[in-house]
Amino acid sequence: MSEIRPEAVGVSIENLSLSFGNTEVLKGINLTIEPGEFFTFLGPSGSGKSTLLRAIAGFGPEPGGRILIGNDDVTRLAPWVRNVGMVFQSYALWPHMTVRKNVAFGLEERKIGAKEINARVEEALTLVDLLELAERRPSQLSGGQQQRVALARTIVVEPRVLLLDEPLSNLDANLRVQMRRDILDLQRKLKLTTIFVTHDQEEANTTSDRIAVLDQGIIQQVGSPIHLYDEPANRFVADFLGTANLIDDVLETVDGAPLFESGEGRTAMFRPQDLTIQPPPGTAGPDGALLSGQVEHREFLGNVIRYTVAVGGHSLTVDASHSAGRPAFATGDDVALVLDTRNIRILPG
Amino acid sequence: MNSVSRSHWGVNALALFIGLFLFVFLIVPVVKVVFVAFQDPNTGALTLINFVDFFNTTLFQESFFNSLYVASMSVLLATIISVPLAYFTTRFNFGGAVLIQTLGIVPLIMPPFVGAVAMLLLFGENGSVNLLVDEWFGFTIPFMQGLNGVILVESIHYFPFILINLSAALLNIDRSMEESAQNLGASGTRLFRRIVFPLAMPGYVAGASLVFLKVFDDLGTPLLLNINNMLAPQAFLRISSIGISDPMGYVISVILVAFSLFSLWVSFLALKDKDYSTVQKGGGGLMKRDLRTWEKIGCYAVIILILVMVLSPHLGLGLLSFGTIWSYSVLPDAFTFAHYDNMFRTAGQYISNTLLYAGLAAFIDIILGTAIAYLVLRTGVVGRKWLDYIAMGAVAVPGVVLGIGYLRTFVEFNVPIVDKPLASWWVIIVIALAIRRLPYALRACMAALQQVNVMLEEAAETLGATKSRTVRRVVVPLMTGGILAGFVISFATASVELSATIMLVNAESDAPLAFGIYEFMQQAAGRGPGAALGIVAVLIVGIATYISHRVIQRTEKRRNAGQIVVTEGAGAGAAK
Repeated sequence: MSEIRPEAVGVSIENLSLSFGNTEVLKGINLTIEPGEFFTFLGPSGSGKSTLLRAIAGFGPEPGGRILIGNDDVTRLAPWVRNVGMVFQSYALWPHMTVRKNVAFGLEERKIGAKEINARVEEALTLVDLLELAERRPSQLSGGQQQRVALARTIVVEPRVLLLDEPLSNLDANLRVQMRRDILDLQRKLKLTTIFVTHDQEEANTTSDRIAVLDQGIIQQVGSPIHLYDEPANRFVADFLGTANLIDDVLETVDGAPLFESGEGRTAMFRPQDLTIQPPPGTAGPDGALLSGQVEHREFLGNVIRYTVAVGGHSLTVDASHSAGRPAFATGDDVALVLDTRNIRILPG
Repeated sequence: MNSVSRSHWGVNALALFIGLFLFVFLIVPVVKVVFVAFQDPNTGALTLINFVDFFNTTLFQESFFNSLYVASMSVLLATIISVPLAYFTTRFNFGGAVLIQTLGIVPLIMPPFVGAVAMLLLFGENGSVNLLVDEWFGFTIPFMQGLNGVILVESIHYFPFILINLSAALLNIDRSMEESAQNLGASGTRLFRRIVFPLAMPGYVAGASLVFLKVFDDLGTPLLLNINNMLAPQAFLRISSIGISDPMGYVISVILVAFSLFSLWVSFLALKDKDYSTVQKGGGGLMKRDLRTWEKIGCYAVIILILVMVLSPHLGLGLLSFGTIWSYSVLPDAFTFAHYDNMFRTAGQYISNTLLYAGLAAFIDIILGTAIAYLVLRTGVVGRKWLDYIAMGAVAVPGVVLGIGYLRTFVEFNVPIVDKPLASWWVIIVIALAIRRLPYALRACMAALQQVNVMLEEAAETLGATKSRTVRRVVVPLMTGGILAGFVISFATASVELSATIMLVNAESDAPLAFGIYEFMQQAAGRGPGAALGIVAVLIVGIATYISHRVIQRTEKRRNAGQIVVTEGAGAGAAK
């Protein structure tokens, strides 16, 4: 795999806004994606993440603002002259063409000689390990194979940017894990700037260099997966990435002291694993705050047991790691909780 | 245990009864026709001599090529009419798309032969259009001359088959199919040629082969336009003038069946393994785009021209039915209700016969349709698939052929109480109509039953309902919409069918409406009342079609209620 290696370019999005009729779907998006980066748009459905991706490819209503690929302003260019490769959620393989024909399509549109087309198609199919299925029709392939054809069809034209629109959502769980590794390997090998759209935080976390979290057409936060998890910028990010305890008002320790300064527009956030659960009365270390409560609910998840514990009018989620022989608490038990105060984050509203 | 074996017995008996009915009234007559075609008229031995005679007779050669020519040209003209309509309405955002799709169906609610005479008066050598063209430009256009007339009338009547199938195919192409091609560098006509066109092809071929089949088999239109040198009219004329023993009618029948089978085979090949319905969640239909002003004007011009042409039979028929004298003039001299008055006085019998025959036939069809659907989808009766195939096979049997088959087969079968041959008793017309329209009703019933979840039946059975009570209390009520639609489709199309009935009508008093129109239109004086009767036919079919449309719509709505489709960027329909 030596020849499919385009120069990696970055993508800049400047003050981009976009509406469907009177509905504003994207509102003032600003982003810089580095050359060769694996970048993810993460958000719930309706957040505008796919619309943003499609705008980069040139689909959808004409947006306001600017989209730059490398140094070229592509905002007003037709999709077919942008040279960005897009893999569609449905794969969009043409049912009337064989795998080979599907993959050759983009090269044919570029008026490349038959010999070179042939060589590059073989190379791309080898890359996704599908050479032996080249004469099949898409309907004769499994979902995972179709996915790989769609990838081969896109990278064979050496796009400047690779766009992936929820490419894993139509695969079953095992295949999804395998496929996302394959995609990542391919991306690293080709050093191709890649933008990935998903609503699945695990997919985003495992693949991305950086993630932009979107909600309601606005970028909530941009950062590395660990950064977003540890230092969420707001309630939405905290809640969307993992489970969070979000406390808007006063939370007191056993001594009756408030744990943090509460007030209008301030929300305290800590993760379930920042709490440890003990039999009463419990002991706290130097950075620990001791709370007391009662187990309301218990869920066994395998590696952890997730408790819901009532503490002074709040229901706190607590994860206790589990291994064989370790005793568990039952619903109704009085318990002590120790909160690592270093991990409390105060978020706006 | 007892009740189980009894219900098995009941199901088998039902299957046997239906099988017997289809055998007697579909298979035997058709086989008889084929057999006679290959039989020496004098010795009764098997021979090809009849076919040799056929192809050695100039008139038959001519008829054969005329039929082929007319059917092919009708497909071509119907394509020219439908392609712009289908493409514009599925592709561009502009008002009137719904109107076009609706008006595009209008031709189907009129039997083609009814419009034929009206078309003659509008487009004939001395028709309105040519009188005007001659006055302005000094020449005339032979729209209706000879075979042209048949082609024009048939294609105007049958193009909706292509329009409907092609539009459906275009709507079934997911937007991402086009977007991925654009993403890889294709646009404009290349995009259309390489992606859109091949994906829509199966739908087009299915529609086109249906048009070919219908035109090739049609008897009424050439008869009314007085074009006799085509296959179906020749078969009819041979049998009705020379007699039931003349082998040529049978040879023609075999050729008609062969071509019907051929076009069905072509459409089967086109659709086989090509489920190109690619619509995905959140997708749906071609990318629609807005038109520029001048494009819009162009579109509307093309569409209006086509629609005016398509609606001209209705217009002409209306004028004819209200006009006093209409000859060598652009419009009738004056207008009157006299034809309607005349028609209701003399033709009431035709109308009541039609309602009776079509009603009975449609009733038989939904009973058979429901029963076959149930046997096929819900039981393990041996040979149940064959019931389905045979019943659907009726599509391939032209009306003329069925008529000839009935005449030949049942002429010696005397019905006891009425003491007449079955072939000349009015009930045979009902049976012919029922057999001819069974495929329509059966498809509707099949679709309806497929949408009833088996679990609903199982739930009834666990609560103590027997098979037959489950069918009565759960299955049939849930199928009502589909069954009703099947009834209306059978009824509407049966009420204007001419080709089988024209051969089976034995007495004026037994004749249905379509036959009546044919009789009226034979003489100049009968044209007014004939047209009035034609308007009645249009109304019957139109009202029935409207009802079935409403029924289907309501059922769909009920089925879709509660299904919420959440898709991101649902507004993407407005894209580009």
